[in-house]
Amino acid sequence: MADFLQLLVAGLATGGIYALAAIGFVLLWQTSQTINFAQGEFVMVPAFFVLAAMKLGGVSFPVAMLIGLAVSLLVLGLLFKRLVVDPVIRHGVLPLVISTIALAIFLKEAVKEFYAADAQPFPAAWATTNLAIGSAVVSAQNLVIILVAVVAVGLLQYFLNATRTGRRMQATAQNPGLARILGIPVERMILYTFLINAALVALASFLVSPIYLAKFTNGETLGLVAFVAAIVGGFNQVRGAIVGGLLLGVIDNFVAAYLSAQYRAAIPLFLLIVVILVRPQGLVGRAEERTV
Amino acid sequence: MKIPHRARVVAGAAAVALLVAAPFGLKPYGIYLLSLWAVMTIAAIGLNLTLGYAGQISLAQAAFVGIGAYTAALLTTQGWPLWTAFVLATALSFVIGWLLGYPALRVQHHYLAFVTLSFATLVFLILRNEEWLTKGVYGITGIPRPSVLGWSTQAPVDFYFFCLGVLALVSAATWWLIRSPWGRAFTALRENPIRASSVGVDTRRYTLMAFAIGSALGGIAGVLYAPLVQFIEPTAFALALSFSLLLMVIVGGAGYFLGPFLGAAVSVLLPEWLRFTEGLYLILYALFVMVLVAVCPSGLIGLAERLRKPASIALPESAPPRDGNGSP
Amino acid sequence: MAAILEVRNLAKSFGGINAVTDVSFDVYEGEILGLIGPNGSGKSTLFNCILGQLAPSAGEVRVDGRPITGMRPCDLNRLGIGRTFQLLQVFPQLSVRENLILAGQEHLGSMWSRLAGPRDAGLTAAANRMIEFFRLSAVVEERAGALSYGQQKLLDVAMAFMAGPRLVLLDEPAGGVNPTMLAGLRERLRAINAAEKATFVVIEHNMEFVMSLCTRILVLAEGRIIAEGAPEAIRGNRDVIEAYLGR
Repeated sequence: MADFLQLLVAGLATGGIYALAAIGFVLLWQTSQTINFAQGEFVMVPAFFVLAAMKLGGVSFPVAMLIGLAVSLLVLGLLFKRLVVDPVIRHGVLPLVISTIALAIFLKEAVKEFYAADAQPFPAAWATTNLAIGSAVVSAQNLVIILVAVVAVGLLQYFLNATRTGRRMQATAQNPGLARILGIPVERMILYTFLINAALVALASFLVSPIYLAKFTNGETLGLVAFVAAIVGGFNQVRGAIVGGLLLGVIDNFVAAYLSAQYRAAIPLFLLIVVILVRPQGLVGRAEERTV
Repeated sequence: MKIPHRARVVAGAAAVALLVAAPFGLKPYGIYLLSLWAVMTIAAIGLNLTLGYAGQISLAQAAFVGIGAYTAALLTTQGWPLWTAFVLATALSFVIGWLLGYPALRVQHHYLAFVTLSFATLVFLILRNEEWLTKGVYGITGIPRPSVLGWSTQAPVDFYFFCLGVLALVSAATWWLIRSPWGRAFTALRENPIRASSVGVDTRRYTLMAFAIGSALGGIAGVLYAPLVQFIEPTAFALALSFSLLLMVIVGGAGYFLGPFLGAAVSVLLPEWLRFTEGLYLILYALFVMVLVAVCPSGLIGLAERLRKPASIALPESAPPRDGNGSP
Repeated sequence: MAAILEVRNLAKSFGGINAVTDVSFDVYEGEILGLIGPNGSGKSTLFNCILGQLAPSAGEVRVDGRPITGMRPCDLNRLGIGRTFQLLQVFPQLSVRENLILAGQEHLGSMWSRLAGPRDAGLTAAANRMIEFFRLSAVVEERAGALSYGQQKLLDVAMAFMAGPRLVLLDEPAGGVNPTMLAGLRERLRAINAAEKATFVVIEHNMEFVMSLCTRILVLAEGRIIAEGAPEAIRGNRDVIEAYLGR
């Protein structure tokens, strides 16, 4: 029972991080038909912005985090949209897939070349103690991650549903043509989704890097999980990404503990194949109205 | 303004002459690179068939190269001749590729990309985990090079010519396939599956066939790869290779016959030419791809075509099929 | 006269919308049947149900007495049924001749015999005949995507005939075609109808085209057949006029 609780908490924590990566992925797809194959690298990079700020700028960790966030918004949000997506998206989805694959390679190699090839420790913004809940020992770090992820997602949902801009973004996602006619500044709404994605991946980066260390190869696994989470949950709904992320985090931990550590990565993949073939709209999603 | 037939023949002959003469002026590593180029071209030709001609996106080609390589490694280290590996790997890849085509009947484009990506990762996991068969991360060493009718391919130059020979055969077969009624049907499948169906093209059969043949070529490439590097381990066949092959096809020009040749050349040989930039070559390659895709999604050959006849309609061949010309 | 095509009680609903309700009619060999009706009357839906593009909610379709309801479009083609589409559907990257050869090749033999057989599947002569018949000789080597709209329309119709079909369903063949080409199209259709005894069913909005081409007309409104008869009879039919003008 104690094990179960530990695994569950750890699973939800990992799941929370996956969810953050998956939500951004889904938002980009919904509003601009962008499939970002570099999403994993997007989660890897912000940590290095922070480390670079501390190393080269000599600033303190909190300041470095702010700088890291700002640079992420600029590079992974604005520049990504203007320089990578906009020129290519008019040619169709496949060229953009290629472009983001190339971008993933670029980011990975750039970090490896210009910062470091080996894993870098990343400071945690909170205590790394363990708490005892009953007979279970639960890492405080995991609890903090869950808390932060929940708050972030909560804020995002509030923003999307309760604010005017958020609802405009939803309108843009559902029907850009109509949104334009209604006077919604569609281009700006799309830019906002890119910025939100940048913020989410930065947050995910800050949460995951203290545990797994910052390494240029982190993007590979994270990217795959983001895709799987998004699709299994439901590719056209933010809710789907949350469900998918949490589900995958929990499954991953339980499979590794009780079934097979070697094939832990296989379960999400099976799930993905089954979901795509049997229920492409995902567990929570609506059937895709747009024809692709 | 098409290039006159004679000029094409001369250019082709010159290229072949170059390929035959090249190894004699190169060190062993250079010859290895040329052989690697030949092997990757074969895999890329397969992917070009599935993606470029039939319009089906597959991120699983590396898995078939892996299947081919391990088949060859396991058989030849047990003393079986390489041709048995060719037969088995081709058959295996064909069948598995056919099965992989079924998801393609249900979903398209990005969903298909993810399904094939998952499949590729699963194959990688199996290769890595099933140590009793594949020796897992330790890999298989001492893969021998074959003897073709008494001619030993042990030396780099000899093995290069062996690869070149296989590439020539594969190219000829693919050329014939593309020019046959099947080639026409594949193009129809890519351009306009609805119309294709209405004129009698069995889109189901042809989709599965495109996957099967493309994958079989991946397997053949793998069978050559094993004796080339003589030591294989699972990470060589991970997703990175699938992405790399995809980039080769797109950079060269999807749907063009010479695309894979060019794309593989850029991908395999560019790092060497950019050696002087040390670690930067991958970064430069990535930037190059991003710019190329934005400027000309039909790849380098598409770019060359556009420069040759600027007035004609440049329809991006790698774009998903569109509704004729009358769509509102 | 034998009925080539029999449609019995065909119905199709999308969710709560009944696009086609209880439609029954016969198509006789050698006739040119026009299918008209105001926008939204269900004509294209009816076509798509007959041609396997959509699965009908109810009813049956028979060709030469054999049920074909829900057969896949590619299988229908092999029974001798061809179609053209409302939105132009040619293969833009292939040349005109290649388009025609493609349209005819899947009709011959099996997939394997085609692989082993000649490059053009033996259809160059037939394709050339089509090109001449539809007066596309000037553009035969061009990529189909480079043709003018009217020429692509002719190609589209020519493709529907390559498999030597006995029954061709034409979905708004006159749409977007200029008057000179229109006369030529009508004349060619009549010629094929006479020469090959080909049977047509034509959806059209262009009244003049339909009235001058068709031997019999069916009128569809709100998913049901409201009138049927020779062109002159339909022209004066009160129900038809009301359906178009609305109440």
